[in-house]
Amino acid sequence: MEIVESTNVYAYKLITKKDYFAPGHRACQGCAEALAVRLVAKALGRNVIVASATGCMEIISSPMPFTSWRVPWIHVAFENAAAVASGAEAGMKVLMRKGRVPKRKITFLAMAGDGGTSDIGVQALSGALERGHDFIYICYDNEAYMNTGIQRSSSTPYGASTTTSPAGKVIPGQITWKKNMPEIAVAHNIPYVATACPSYPIDLVEKVNKAARVKGPAYIHILSVCPTGWRLAPELSIRAGRLAVETGVFPLYEVEYGRYRFTEEYLKIQGRFRHLSEEMIDTIQKRVVEEYEKLEKKIKMTEGD
Amino acid sequence: MGKRIGLEVSLSAAEAVKMANVDCIAAYPITPQTHIVEHLSELVNDGELDAEFIPVESEHSAMSVSAGASAVGARAFTCTSSQGLSLMNEIVHIVASMRLPVVMILANRSMSGPISIWNDHTDVMSIRDCGWIQVFANNGQEVFDHVLFGYKVAESQGVMLPLIINIDGFILTHVIEPIEFWEKEQVEQYLPDFEPIHTLHPDRPVTMGGVGMPYVFSEAKVAQDEPLKQSKSVIISAWKELGDIVGRYYSPIETYRSGDAETLFITQGSYGETVSLVVDELRDEGKSVGLVMDRLWRPFPFDEFREATGQTRNLIIIDRAISYGGQGGPLAIDIRSALYKEKNQPNITNFICGLAGRDVTIDDFKNIYHKAMQKVKKHPREEDFEYYGVRGK
Repeated sequence: MEIVESTNVYAYKLITKKDYFAPGHRACQGCAEALAVRLVAKALGRNVIVASATGCMEIISSPMPFTSWRVPWIHVAFENAAAVASGAEAGMKVLMRKGRVPKRKITFLAMAGDGGTSDIGVQALSGALERGHDFIYICYDNEAYMNTGIQRSSSTPYGASTTTSPAGKVIPGQITWKKNMPEIAVAHNIPYVATACPSYPIDLVEKVNKAARVKGPAYIHILSVCPTGWRLAPELSIRAGRLAVETGVFPLYEVEYGRYRFTEEYLKIQGRFRHLSEEMIDTIQKRVVEEYEKLEKKIKMTEGD
Repeated sequence: MGKRIGLEVSLSAAEAVKMANVDCIAAYPITPQTHIVEHLSELVNDGELDAEFIPVESEHSAMSVSAGASAVGARAFTCTSSQGLSLMNEIVHIVASMRLPVVMILANRSMSGPISIWNDHTDVMSIRDCGWIQVFANNGQEVFDHVLFGYKVAESQGVMLPLIINIDGFILTHVIEPIEFWEKEQVEQYLPDFEPIHTLHPDRPVTMGGVGMPYVFSEAKVAQDEPLKQSKSVIISAWKELGDIVGRYYSPIETYRSGDAETLFITQGSYGETVSLVVDELRDEGKSVGLVMDRLWRPFPFDEFREATGQTRNLIIIDRAISYGGQGGPLAIDIRSALYKEKNQPNITNFICGLAGRDVTIDDFKNIYHKAMQKVKKHPREEDFEYYGVRGK
């Protein structure tokens, strides 16, 4: 991530000042997910049609009669963003083919949270990836059902205390490991999968641009720090995202990787992990190293492909 | 006049979808809907219909894809039955609230459980209040005509609501009937291109499906119910226009030998044709019997029912669905409600029969008639209902 760090001061020149996700929305202070959405919208520009799942980003951006969206945007339900985007993409394709809408390049973006992606929306997503629609799917992963009040999802990390995986006297929070959603996307043999984090805005924007250029489905998994749900001060959102990457908890692949360094600091600044014993932290550390090594092997295996 | 050919009703329904020049078909296989979508995929793969056929991974996605396609301005079609309808239920309601004029054929099949593939109306009655325009077809020709009618009504600028065509599973979907096709020119004359008021397009950004906070929600729902109620005039004029073009005139309810009848059967769907034969036979026996077939289910034709049944002494309402713990079947409940303020209220008997494909024959309907006559003789104002032909009852 040296590149990102060294170009930080120039970021304003590298990313457009135009906003397609307007300010004035109702997200919490320090919401890194809203920041990620804003960066994605900047990257895609105006020639886009967005299908959003139910969730934080939907409710904060569309209370009738207001909207934060300066691009065409549709929300239908929770679990079907990939299917709605499939329909929009297919519908537009046939309308252009029949000459009823002038031909031009339009990007189709489906977006959902981690619950809307790795739990309730995984079937619709799998179907859309398998059918090969030309669209980008972005999972904004804040690691729990934050919109409904911080309930655990399959994307909640091991050990995290949530309202449905509380740090109890017997069971110390989430006892399952985070579902590896990017790998599930990879298993569909789609052209492009990436992970990103708004703490690395240039990296994120570049990945979104690349996904838009790809023909066929693209999947980007964006770690989106949620100060409310992570029990973390709002001003630490960006730092927590940085740490997640730098420590290898959330490796960025495809473009660059954070310097591998797992520190307790990532866990310690978050109230949701405050209860963890040294032993549990060691377990997490071990698993992170394991996952990271697996990833490195895969990168080596496919080098030069 | 178009050519008349013998064809399975499902296949002819698919041919009608082709004539409607549909843009996007999203469907998931479920018996007894399968033949319709199989034939549509053939038409697309053979290049006879220029449309996107999207073989989705569930009915939930079938309706979601249809919503997305309709939102960009594509003419969308889907088709399902019973469990499939249940799985897409959530989106069925949303599509109506978003005013997306998707047309769906519902090959009526019983709701599980116990699981059954056979025909009754328990599936459609489970979504009675979903906000779609809903019609029942009596036969294959009506199915064909109502596909074209469906898009004409649903896409009318003052309506912009989705529409369901109910066709009885197997009884209609799997039988071969003589179907009169439309000429291409007739379709062009009748059904204009889909011209939605708003679509998703980068040149005219709109937000669809925003959050309805308490301060706008009720207004949004009333703004949805009003056009559904007002769609009746569009429906009636679309039937008139259809009649003027192909010579078959439809109406919200259809009557048969009902004018002077003391007793009226009331049916929905394919039972109407069977009961019309029963009426003939009972008339031959000197009984004063007629028939009212309900074609339009939502918006419910209250006025037409009042007019057709107001002077009648007895109504025998045939329901093919249960309202558990309720006062009879859904059709009877609505008709009672329609007649509540009438001065000369008829005696109402209600029979729930033909669940999950159990045959109800001409003799059964005659039996129902005699049972009804006994009931009203004993207890004229009795408003009970009966499950007909159930062992142990």
